[in-house]
Amino acid sequence: MTLIEEPRPDNLVLSPVKQSGLAEQMKRGLDAPICLTWELTYACNLQCVHCLSSSGRRDPRELTTEECEAVIDELQRMQVFYINIGGGEPTIRKDFWHLVRYAVDHGVGVKFSTNGSGIDAEVAEQLAESDYVDVQISIDGADAETNDHVRGAGSFATAVRAMEHLQAAGFEGFKISVVMTRHNIPQVDEFKAMADHYGAQLRLTRFRPSGRGADSWEALHPSDQQQRELYHWLMDHPDVLTGDSFFHLSALGEALPGLNLCGAGRVVCLIDPVGDVYACPFVLHDEFLAGSVRDEGGFQKVWQDSDLFTELREPQSAGACASCGHFDACQGGCMAAKFFTGIPLDGPDPECVLGHGEEAMDSVARAAVSKDHSRTTVVLGRKPVS
Amino acid sequence: MTAAAFDADRAYRLHEQVALRPEPFGALAYHYGNRRLNFLRAKELVTLVESLADHDSVQAAFDAARIDPRRWPSFERALASLAASDFLVPDAHDAHEGAAA
Repeated sequence: MTLIEEPRPDNLVLSPVKQSGLAEQMKRGLDAPICLTWELTYACNLQCVHCLSSSGRRDPRELTTEECEAVIDELQRMQVFYINIGGGEPTIRKDFWHLVRYAVDHGVGVKFSTNGSGIDAEVAEQLAESDYVDVQISIDGADAETNDHVRGAGSFATAVRAMEHLQAAGFEGFKISVVMTRHNIPQVDEFKAMADHYGAQLRLTRFRPSGRGADSWEALHPSDQQQRELYHWLMDHPDVLTGDSFFHLSALGEALPGLNLCGAGRVVCLIDPVGDVYACPFVLHDEFLAGSVRDEGGFQKVWQDSDLFTELREPQSAGACASCGHFDACQGGCMAAKFFTGIPLDGPDPECVLGHGEEAMDSVARAAVSKDHSRTTVVLGRKPVS
Repeated sequence: MTAAAFDADRAYRLHEQVALRPEPFGALAYHYGNRRLNFLRAKELVTLVESLADHDSVQAAFDAARIDPRRWPSFERALASLAASDFLVPDAHDAHEGAAA
């Protein structure tokens, strides 16, 4: 899930009510999401091997400009603070900048994720002028070799150019977003140095076996040892953002700062390019489809009344993890990671730090990725030599 | 920017880039400037925060809100942490700085 983007650890500072009470409240859901992810298009000029939405081709049924504006109006009424716009590459949409402006003008903040291809000097200057627009540049390696192995030839240079434009325009604190893999976890210090160099903030998130990530999971997901290293690194670097996505690592000791719970359908959700609403960005699968913004009652009805979200807000069984002393810390881990590795939703996380995930994975029961927008077959090449 | 230490004898107000959204437990607060999210975990705290701008000092706001003095320390800690993350800022009509400030 992508939940909270504030520098840790004082994100949950207020204590008139005990922390556990708040977590319980979050699990029962809120009247409106805190933020939501909105994939504006499946069109993309890249075809990253781990793309959670298997993007590439535009879906001809994409929401029109008017439909997007109506969704923004609704989010304004529901007081959703901000939207995380992604894709695909969202800047490919011809009305992208119009929609960003429309959202900001209607009191809905925007953070958008991009591979940097749409950020030239002029765009960077416009972005630097708005307090209500944040930019997140995606890279997956601290050097071209490591990055381009996952994101495609030339993509590192494109991202670096965008970061240089943002820096030159005086955009302080834009985000550099990295999905943690087996190949780039050894580079965390380099990512941090890069963020410091550009006056940016580093954001590290968990790699999920979603979309094309299901195919590259075996090759790219971190080793047990790397997970432990990452946990300690995150504890030592409280100013690095994580979108609360590593809560399964909290079973290693002291909890990572954050809510440490799965927010899917409770405090976050995802709207896809055709208006379908899913529980979170990592479960683009019919099983987690709650409804559509095109349905009568729109997004609000899906958020507040859909059967799926209602179910996700009910107390969840600890299942196979009930007897484990660390369940309170890790909450059984990530729903999406379990689903796409064939583990029951009340089973352990595939990357359970106590090693319970390994035996629970079932390649036969593994859910097939149901939505593929790839332009061509995407295959992970040989691992870069470093 | 480092905020000066929180001082209950001074006046504060909500930062103009902070949005409050009512919730059953109190309110969610989002700061569009530093993009932090905070949880105000008591309805009385929300009322207090919203009333700060009407008073010459935090102490005066406490008195007016009729919050049980035994709860003041926890509320004051909450306000101090909101000030530390720039959700609350010293207000111009601070009694100590006078009307000209």
